[in-house]
Amino acid sequence: MLRVESLSFQRGQVPILEKVSLELEAGEVLMVRGENGCGKTTLIRLLAGLIPAQPDFKVFLDDQPYHPQQVQTRLQFMYLGHALGIKDELTCLENLEFIARFLGGRSDISPLGSLQSCGLDGYQYTQARRLSAGQRKRLSLARFLLCPARIWLLDEPYSNLDAEGLTLVDRLLQKHINEGGGALITSHGTFIPQVTNHREMILEVA
Amino acid sequence: MQGHSLATAAFALLSRDLRLAFRRRGEALSPILFLLMVATLFPLGLSPDPEQLAAIAPGVIWVAALLSSLLALNQMFHADLRDGTLEQLIISPWPLPVMALVKVLAHWIISGLPLTVVAPVLGLGYGLDGATVKIMFWSLLLGTPTLSFIGAIGVALSVGLHRGGMFLALLVLPLFVPVLIFATAGISASAEGFAVGSHLYLLGALLALAVSTAPFAIAAGLRISIS
Repeated sequence: MLRVESLSFQRGQVPILEKVSLELEAGEVLMVRGENGCGKTTLIRLLAGLIPAQPDFKVFLDDQPYHPQQVQTRLQFMYLGHALGIKDELTCLENLEFIARFLGGRSDISPLGSLQSCGLDGYQYTQARRLSAGQRKRLSLARFLLCPARIWLLDEPYSNLDAEGLTLVDRLLQKHINEGGGALITSHGTFIPQVTNHREMILEVA
Repeated sequence: MQGHSLATAAFALLSRDLRLAFRRRGEALSPILFLLMVATLFPLGLSPDPEQLAAIAPGVIWVAALLSSLLALNQMFHADLRDGTLEQLIISPWPLPVMALVKVLAHWIISGLPLTVVAPVLGLGYGLDGATVKIMFWSLLLGTPTLSFIGAIGVALSVGLHRGGMFLALLVLPLFVPVLIFATAGISASAEGFAVGSHLYLLGALLALAVSTAPFAIAAGLRISIS
């Protein structure tokens, strides 16, 4: 589905990524593992189009060139970063209602439904700033249920979560790959995703 | 995403920003309080002579409005950068310049519109006549959105910087000057009984230029700041 061919990236003179190749198939979770500072976040942000691509950016989506700046491509992926993309002053439900209205949600699940699926039942009228770090992560993950993107780019989805939260991430990933989506996720830890189809790759420091 | 349109998304963003401003009322009110303080202190510091007050009113009120909208700029993209919603906005399927336009519009409704309503009242307090106060209102209505657009370009470029405040002021204040000159000249002309059309037309032209070009600059600035 998504193919990255020998992707390099430099910040100034400092190489961050050196000839990274990977292939993400439909219906699988690809876990990118590596120590701190090996460029996991840079890789994900490049694919999300948050960092402008350098000339040798050879990434293909369904064998077509992948341009994260183009509208058609942007409809295909969703991104979870270190900053969670939720507004503290809005309630949990308002946050998700905004996402659904802004991006055009799926018809099979409501914002409230996705909130309940992510274990935040009863928090719909709580302002997001009153949530714990793990609950905020759950709220940010609930966004992913609302939108029909095929590719999930998740940077450290397992951090900050309790045991139940970890199984929540697994459950969401499993649902996503069952529907034929693919997910690229990163981790600096040793946690292994409990999903039916998962591969790993190690990213070395450039 | 069937049946979903840019207009729906833009409206969702606008109403979210207005709701956020309502939740952070204290912060949203500070620019207007600043304007009131400055406008109240000038007569105390100079003299309460009505003729002198009427003479300085356009300048004092417009400078105060200008500085207060500079103060308000800090609310524009900083929180969005911190909580990651700016990233989500940039990678959303919608054209970023349009979303930038919506953000500036929301920001103007929160900060510029109250100035436009309150400042003419202050003008009455300074002893300006009705016709001049009306011109002051029009000059603010045409001028403050331009300030928001120009300011947004500066914020978009400086939002990722530590202590970007000084840089922001250096960047945008020179660009605010034409607006200030045409607005105050128009109000003074009205007070002296001259025609003011040309000044207001020029303010309108500046606004048209800002609306049509600034969103692209803001979008480009945000992309640079985020990467």
